[in-house]
Amino acid sequence: MSASTLAGLVGAALVGLGLYGLIVNPQPLRKILAFNLIGSGAFLVFGIVARRGAAAGFPFDPVPQAMVITGIVVAFAASALAVALILRLREETGNVSLDSDAPAKPPGDGAGAS
Amino acid sequence: MIETPPALAVTAGGSLLMLAILAPVAAILLSFALGGRFAERVALGLTPIGLAIAIAIAVCVWRSGAPLVYNVAGLPPPLGIALRADGISCVMLVTAALVIAAAAFYARANFATPEGVTEARAPLAFWILIQAVWAALTILFVGGDLFNLYVALELLTFAAVPLVCLSGKPETLVAALRYLMFALFGSVFYLLGAALIYGAYGTLDIVLLAERMRPLPAVWLAAGLMTAGLLAKTALFPLHLWLPPAHANAPAAASAVLSGLVVKGSFFVTIRLWFTVLPSLPGGAAEAVLGTLGSAAILFGSVLALRQERLKLLIAYSTLAQIGYLFLIFPLASGAHPWIADGWSGGMMQTLSHAFAKAAMFMSAGLLAESLGHDRIAEFAGAGRAMPATFFVLGLGGLSLMGLPPSGGFAAKWLLLRASVAADQWPWAIVMLAGGLLAAGYVYRILAPALSAGAIVLKAPPQRRREAIALALAIVAVALGFAPPSFFDFLQIGRAATTALP
Repeated sequence: MSASTLAGLVGAALVGLGLYGLIVNPQPLRKILAFNLIGSGAFLVFGIVARRGAAAGFPFDPVPQAMVITGIVVAFAASALAVALILRLREETGNVSLDSDAPAKPPGDGAGAS
Repeated sequence: MIETPPALAVTAGGSLLMLAILAPVAAILLSFALGGRFAERVALGLTPIGLAIAIAIAVCVWRSGAPLVYNVAGLPPPLGIALRADGISCVMLVTAALVIAAAAFYARANFATPEGVTEARAPLAFWILIQAVWAALTILFVGGDLFNLYVALELLTFAAVPLVCLSGKPETLVAALRYLMFALFGSVFYLLGAALIYGAYGTLDIVLLAERMRPLPAVWLAAGLMTAGLLAKTALFPLHLWLPPAHANAPAAASAVLSGLVVKGSFFVTIRLWFTVLPSLPGGAAEAVLGTLGSAAILFGSVLALRQERLKLLIAYSTLAQIGYLFLIFPLASGAHPWIADGWSGGMMQTLSHAFAKAAMFMSAGLLAESLGHDRIAEFAGAGRAMPATFFVLGLGGLSLMGLPPSGGFAAKWLLLRASVAADQWPWAIVMLAGGLLAAGYVYRILAPALSAGAIVLKAPPQRRREAIALALAIVAVALGFAPPSFFDFLQIGRAATTALP
């Protein structure tokens, strides 16, 4: 088995594990971790795709690598936004759950904290 | 060096496309730097400029009868990134400009920076985010590269999710978080699909891909992954769970933009994928699956809308159903039957008329909730007499949702019906007729209690100016029903060239 095939299979396995986690885990933080796992799998596949640039005479195709960097930045920003939402939710309700019937703290100064 | 094929040549006026993206982005930076009440002034000042650019792009495309093309930094694809605007890009750009301008002026009453403070969190966030939604939508409508579209989809998500929870109440935070989870699932699947397509063809430029497309297994897998991701972002049944709480809990001006425009952004990318990149793939199975999911969404969304107690939730569930109609474009505007032009026009007309009608209805619902202090439909008795203009707008919007003439919704559903009957795909026609009846049911449920007699005390009468904004949008939705045939020719610009490919 070549290194490329192995990396591709590992990428696919990461995507599968992440998708399972995203669907099965009820806690939002675990869902975010699962999302990052799928993201890692996708980046790995993208990275392996870069090897195909060898046909054009490069040792590697630089375009997918640029895309992976962009993708990592985007995934990081997404995770940060999600964590910020979770923190704010915990501040407001005292528990973190995606269940919309969760008991709510009496409304305080909702617009106060910046 | 590869010679630039004619489809990739830059056209005159192409720099307008760059300007359309730069204007909102520059305005965001300016709002952020100046802060406070300047953010509101910058956002409101941007609306006429953005609308003028969108109209200028549409005029250029209409005059030349061909898509506008611009290569960023002068580098042609596959290494560079192309921006393209065809007929549907233009109408979506103008629609986005009109709806966002209306939402911005409508929102002034809710998101003014209070007297005595230099800056408040919610107003600053709102004015910056609404410009960010505009910037992201513009990139989506003119982007010519699948990875570029991925970044635009993410920008749209990051702008739209915080709009849901501007009030900071726990239920809005839960709705926003759930929206974000679905959107992240969608984007990572889209990215994985893009990686597979790059691996197969070495480019992500839409036009180059369309020329090189062959039915490889990797392409089918990529198409499935990307479509699943886009459906989650568009909230097509059965990936719709996030939409009703998110759209119903957002402030009214934000709901108008989210329901009218944001879901259309990912739908637009789905159209790009299936009608520009993949039309040469054989078979109609994928299109039939999308049409079936759309039909299920029409029935499911309409029935749930009928059962809602609160007006904003009812309107949000009706969005689910109306999104279903959009997806009938896939079976009806593809394949070889001679009625594909009708299916295409009908699907796009539905996109436009729903954007205007739904934005107008959410704005009216916001006015109602502010004047009554609640939006429970059962307690609307007498409200029709107290706020006639608001209910008139709800009625006009409802006209378009039901598909009664004269309205844009009627034109859309008529064209889709004609295409489905003529193409011998009658199951779609039955679903559309049933959806129209159900829509009539839920619109009646809003209007009937409001028009019945009853004494009602308004906390404050709605402002005439804000009612007029909602009315203007509803009138546009009705006026779309009178679109001349040349408008439908305009929607075909840039499409003939791609369907003619082998």
